[in-house]
Amino acid sequence: MSRQSRHVQEYGTTAIIWMAATMVVIPFLWLIGDLLWNGWTHLSWSFVFSAPQNAGREGGIGPILMSTMLIVGVCMGVAVPMGLGTALFLSEYTRHDHVLGRLIRGSLDVLAGVPSIVFGLFGNALFCQALGLGFSILSGGLTLACMVLPILIRTAEESFRAISREQRLSAAALGLSQPTTIRTILLPAAMPGLLVGGTLGLGRAFAETAALIFTSGYVDRMPESLMDSGRSLAVHIYDLAMNVAGGNPNAFATALVLVGLLLIINLFSSWIATRWTSLNQLPA
Amino acid sequence: MISSSSNISSRSKGDYLLSGTVRLLALMAGGLLLLVVSFLIHESWPALQHIGFWRFFSDPDWYPTEDSYQLTPMIWGTIWATAGSVLLASPLGILSALFCHFYAPPLLSRWYRRMVELLAGIPSVVFGFWGLVVLVPLIGRWHPPGPSLLAGILILTLMIIPTIMLVAHASIAHVPVAYIHSASALGLSRWSMIWHIILPTTKVGLLTGILLGLARALGETMAVLMVCGNVVRTPSHLFDPIRTLTANIALEMAYALGDHRAALFVSGLLLMGLVVLFVSMAEGLRHRNTYVATK
Amino acid sequence: MDLTQPTPRITPDSDERRGFRAWLPYQSTDPCCEPVAHIRAENLSIAYEGHQALRNVNLEINRGCITALVGPSGCGKTSFLMSLNRLTDLIQRCQVTGKLHMNELDVLAQTTDLLHLRRAVGMIFQKPTVFPFSIRKNLELPLREHGTHDRMRLNSGIENVLKQVGLWHEVKDRLDRPAQGLSGGQQQRLCLARALVLSPDVLMLDEPCSALDPISSGIVEDLIVSLRGHYTVLIVTHNLAQARRIADHIAFFWSFEGVGNLVEYGTAQTIFETPAHELTAAYISGARG
Repeated sequence: MSRQSRHVQEYGTTAIIWMAATMVVIPFLWLIGDLLWNGWTHLSWSFVFSAPQNAGREGGIGPILMSTMLIVGVCMGVAVPMGLGTALFLSEYTRHDHVLGRLIRGSLDVLAGVPSIVFGLFGNALFCQALGLGFSILSGGLTLACMVLPILIRTAEESFRAISREQRLSAAALGLSQPTTIRTILLPAAMPGLLVGGTLGLGRAFAETAALIFTSGYVDRMPESLMDSGRSLAVHIYDLAMNVAGGNPNAFATALVLVGLLLIINLFSSWIATRWTSLNQLPA
Repeated sequence: MISSSSNISSRSKGDYLLSGTVRLLALMAGGLLLLVVSFLIHESWPALQHIGFWRFFSDPDWYPTEDSYQLTPMIWGTIWATAGSVLLASPLGILSALFCHFYAPPLLSRWYRRMVELLAGIPSVVFGFWGLVVLVPLIGRWHPPGPSLLAGILILTLMIIPTIMLVAHASIAHVPVAYIHSASALGLSRWSMIWHIILPTTKVGLLTGILLGLARALGETMAVLMVCGNVVRTPSHLFDPIRTLTANIALEMAYALGDHRAALFVSGLLLMGLVVLFVSMAEGLRHRNTYVATK
Repeated sequence: MDLTQPTPRITPDSDERRGFRAWLPYQSTDPCCEPVAHIRAENLSIAYEGHQALRNVNLEINRGCITALVGPSGCGKTSFLMSLNRLTDLIQRCQVTGKLHMNELDVLAQTTDLLHLRRAVGMIFQKPTVFPFSIRKNLELPLREHGTHDRMRLNSGIENVLKQVGLWHEVKDRLDRPAQGLSGGQQQRLCLARALVLSPDVLMLDEPCSALDPISSGIVEDLIVSLRGHYTVLIVTHNLAQARRIADHIAFFWSFEGVGNLVEYGTAQTIFETPAHELTAAYISGARG
């Protein structure tokens, strides 16, 4: 290649790569801009706390926010202890190459890839029908719990495994029992990683729509118990956009609330992550 | 690997209680996949029995109320939407990862990555809504009706770029810095270095990212449901409305009964099988040595 | 040829270090350098993220000589090498100031064609960095990149350079096998071949033997000696015995409060027998560093 044509090639590829990067940025800014532009005008405290009226065209999202919190609460309430227990089992009670551990890990990897709509089908069949919970916040929350479990377990196991062997050995050398070691040494040391994993799962749960349509249902009234059907923010956006003519303004505002929530969760998570690494970089 | 077997600590009553609980929870979590699969099979069994597998391809049409169950148009819709988005998103995702590593100034590179991470966290329903309100009317003005395969491809592209880009970014970060220094010391231009050194050494990682993106596009429901028009017809060009397998489930589950409901579970099972296939391919690749010699 | 020609930039300031006379007999290597300056650094300073790594280096390196850069770790020797082919550009927030000329070429100028410069300056790193493909492709890649596409010329170029590093008979039957299957010493010689295949003017070696076993290390060292007169060779080494065996000139670096400085520069004979600076004397006698 002559020096001339090499320069042409170098400039050409540089231009292409900058163009590709720009093509990714533009729709992103466009989307965020649209959300802010159209959602901000409808956003107010009364929108956040009042009940929807006229199928959601008017009024706010109070009950929907409540249902969302309950669904996500049920989800995390079930998934966190289960995830923590499984992660402890995988990292503390089995060797890394143990057959049972590998089986569990493999099945969780597969579960992590299952599309959310399939979780919706499963939740509908198991929780709504077989267990007779019907369209309810409980059904929705349990379905989401199955969905976020693989993420929680994987991040939790990784943070337990990141703890050095020396820490465990010195705990054992002090004669601490396994439960005490876990409570006083391992859990605190793994806490930042556990929190990051938890916020990841939380984000997934808040963002989910497809798995909830046939499990927690569409009802937009204030839920009175976990057995009531309740509509999540994401389902509300879907319903307003697809089934309610003139629902777009409120859909924009709801989307802004949802994205704002996720942004806060995301910032919290990356704050923990950076704090963690900066703590770890301090000389011992 | 840290093998933290339980014999490090002394044993006590609390220990047995905890280890029992933990074991039980782990078995439950591990059994969950089995539970999901068996419920899907159980629910789709009536359809497989009454309708049989081949009628999903040989029936004349999809009219579940009139006992006609052809899934082919939905399968084509899914294939085209997924293929189109992967074809668009793979180069864009990989080029943006290269941009972050080799072209952008440090500050811009950091912000760019943050932005892509945020993009990865935006709910699919918000993508769908934005596509419905902004993209579909734009396409409609250019070439009616608007809700179309093209809209679906574009939205899916936007959704899987972050997956592909972040995985590519991570695997490029693992290229030994000595390779980069030696390549530069030999007077290789930036692009030659990327083409001859970076891309060959990271190709496993790049492929993993593409497969994960593919799996995400295949399983995506809300976004395609909202922008694709949902007409049950095999698309003949980009501006035809399509219905994907996932959208079909979401649309009809609400009122489906009997064999119709079971047929939807069959499509769910099919979908799950495909996604599992791609995810395990990606996992298999991930566990292979990244720096094996190439030709 | 006159060995006293390259002038030490740091003048001996007193005679107090006479007591540190070299305690081993010095065997002079055949002088071969033309007393022609090839690389000239004036007030060269390097800083990473605002922190100085190397301060005010003034140095003239002669064409065709082997010049060894010695000194303790972290005194800026590698940074100095990397500034010569502008690899410092790859390191974020790295600033190189001062003047650096290679023949008439202003190395640090914005307009300098980096690819051209790096073609003329070969570099070998501490750990062998063969690329993860075949032996043949490792050698072809730089040739193709710099304009050779003709099959015959590629093949003959590869053969010549492999013979030059004594690898031809070891690998001629497995040119298309992965280069990473070679032993460490073979890999390092392949890296040397890969640098030589571009027929550079200058060859820089950054501790080329430190990751190798003694036998491979000896082979590589003999190879470097065989390059004398054909290339201007700069070698960073921690092995003083090696520097003494192979180098015509020695540049001694030392770090003062974390900032690297060139303390003394002169012929190997001068540095080892009558060092001008007490630090040099202490270092080569093993008392410091």
